[in-house]
Amino acid sequence: MGNRCAVIGIGQTRHAAKRDDLSIAGLVRDAALRALEDAGLTFKDIDAVVIGKAPDMFEGVMMPELYLADALGAVGKPMLRVHTAGSVGGSTAVVAAHLIQSGIHERVLTVAFEKQSESDAMWALSPKYPFQPPLVAGAGGFFAPIVRSYMRRSNAPLEVGMQVAVKDRLNALKNPNAHLHMADISMDKVKASPMLWDPIRYLETCPSSDGACAMVLASESAAKKAPHKPAWVRGTSVRTEPGMFAGRDQINPQAGRDCAKDLYAQAGITNPRKEIDVAEIYVPFSWFEPMWMENLGFAELDTGWKMVADGATSMTGDLPVNPSGGVLSTNPIGASGMIRFAEAAMQVRGQAGEHQIDGARMAIGHAYGGASQFFAMWCVSSEAG
Amino acid sequence: MSEPIRKIEAPVRLEFTVEAGRALTRFLSSIVEERIVGRRCPECTKVYVPARSSCPTCGVPMSEDVTVADTGTLTTFCIVNVPFEGQTMKLPYVYGAIVLDGADLPILHLVQGIPANEVRMGLRVKAEWTPPEERPASLEAIRWFTPSGEPDAPFDAYKEHL
Repeated sequence: MGNRCAVIGIGQTRHAAKRDDLSIAGLVRDAALRALEDAGLTFKDIDAVVIGKAPDMFEGVMMPELYLADALGAVGKPMLRVHTAGSVGGSTAVVAAHLIQSGIHERVLTVAFEKQSESDAMWALSPKYPFQPPLVAGAGGFFAPIVRSYMRRSNAPLEVGMQVAVKDRLNALKNPNAHLHMADISMDKVKASPMLWDPIRYLETCPSSDGACAMVLASESAAKKAPHKPAWVRGTSVRTEPGMFAGRDQINPQAGRDCAKDLYAQAGITNPRKEIDVAEIYVPFSWFEPMWMENLGFAELDTGWKMVADGATSMTGDLPVNPSGGVLSTNPIGASGMIRFAEAAMQVRGQAGEHQIDGARMAIGHAYGGASQFFAMWCVSSEAG
Repeated sequence: MSEPIRKIEAPVRLEFTVEAGRALTRFLSSIVEERIVGRRCPECTKVYVPARSSCPTCGVPMSEDVTVADTGTLTTFCIVNVPFEGQTMKLPYVYGAIVLDGADLPILHLVQGIPANEVRMGLRVKAEWTPPEERPASLEAIRWFTPSGEPDAPFDAYKEHL
C-alpha cells in the first residue's frame, strides 16, 4: 500500500438546489478554502491538485478543470482530473491518496463538485443512442428495473425502500450541510409521493444539488504537523466491469464485491459488520442501501433488507449507514462520492457534530457509477495501524 | 448601475455520424429484413444480440452469426411516469429487459399492448414489426414488444439475466 496517508483537512460547501451566489469556480474554491483552514494550510502549501466531476454535459462546460486551475491555486503545480461517472468523487480521492502513498507528494488537495442547477442532468442522462429506441428516462429509469429485480430475488417487503428514505432524511436533519432538511418526513409521506419510475417513488430518489467537497491529504510527516486529529487511510480500492455482458449480476456486481474484498484485505478487516463502525455509502435510490449491504459483505445474499428492517443501519444500530443523510439528502453528483469519503473521515476524526457516531474508529466511504460498473472505496481509521 | 448579469443561456448541440462497423452492420442490414442477428462467442458460447465484434467477457473476436427469435421473456422493467426533455412516448410507458429466445443477454425495448399495471416479470412477449416500407436500420425496426399469449416464464428460467 506504500507510505501512510492521512486526511488532515475537510471542507464542504452548503449544498442546495441552486447556489446562484457562487460560480463553479467559486463553489470549488469555497470547499477548498474550508479544507485548507481545517488543515491549517494555504494554497501555497499544496503540492498537487486532483479534481473530479461527473460528465461535462451535466453543466455543459467542457473540461472545466482547465479554467478552475487558478481558483484552486493549481497554477504551476500538477493538476489532474479524474472521471469515473458517479463514482468519480471516490476515485478522485483514491488518486490523490495514491500520490501521497507513492511518496511523490507531501500535501495534495482533492476536490469534487457538481452544479446541477446550471444544466439538466436528467436530459444529459437520457440521450438518443444510435440504433436504439428512445427508452431510458434518466438515472431513475435506468436503475428502476434493477431495483425491481432485487425486490423479486430477495422477497424484501415493500416498506424497506421507504424505511431507508425516511432514515436518511431524519439523519440529514442533524447535518447542517445537507441539501434536504425535511422535518416532516414520514413513511406515509414517502408512500404518498408520486411513483416516478415504478417501483421507485419520488421520495425514494436523490435530489439535484449544487455543491463541492474538498480534502487535504498528507504524508505521515505532514500529518504530524496538522492542527487537528487526522483520519488515516487504511485502504483504497477501485474496480470496473462492462455495463453489460451475458450472465452479469446487475444487482450484486462482481466489481463491487471484488473492490470490497480488496479494501478489507488492505485494512486487515476479516469481519466487516463487526469491525467497521460506520459506513457512508452511495445510495441515490433508497433500495440501493440493502443491495450494497450485500455487495459490501455486511449481509448474506438476498438478506441486506433485513438490516434495514431491523434498524441495524440506523444511527443507533450496529452499523450506522449514512448518518450524514447520504446521497438521498444531498446529490451534487460528481461530489457525492467524495462527500461519502469525507464523511467517513469526519466520523473517525470525531468532527461530525450532531451526526457523529460515538467512538467511531473505523469507517468506510463508498461510491459507484455508470451502470453499477465503477466502484471506489476507502477505509479510514482514527488509528494509523 | 444596471442589475448584475448572473446567468446566460448557452444551448449545446452535438451532431455526429456513427460508423456501424462490420458486426453492427450485419445486425442492421438483417433487421430491415425482419431477422434479428446476434453473434456467438467461440469461447463462452454466449450469444450476443445485437451482434458485436468481440466478447466483453472473453475478449476474443466473434464471427459466427446466429439468428434469434423475435419472441422472448421480459425479465424486469420500469413504468415511466416522469416527463423529461426529448421524450417521445406518452406517459406512462413501460420499457424493460427482454431476453430473446436464443440470446444470452437482454435488450432494452418498449412493452405495449397491455395496461402498464398488468406488466410482470417473466411475461412472454413478441416483437411488433414496423411496416417494411418505413422500417429503419435500427432496433426501432421493432416498434415495441407485446404479450405473446404464452404462459409466463418461471423465475428460475430467467433469474441469471437479472
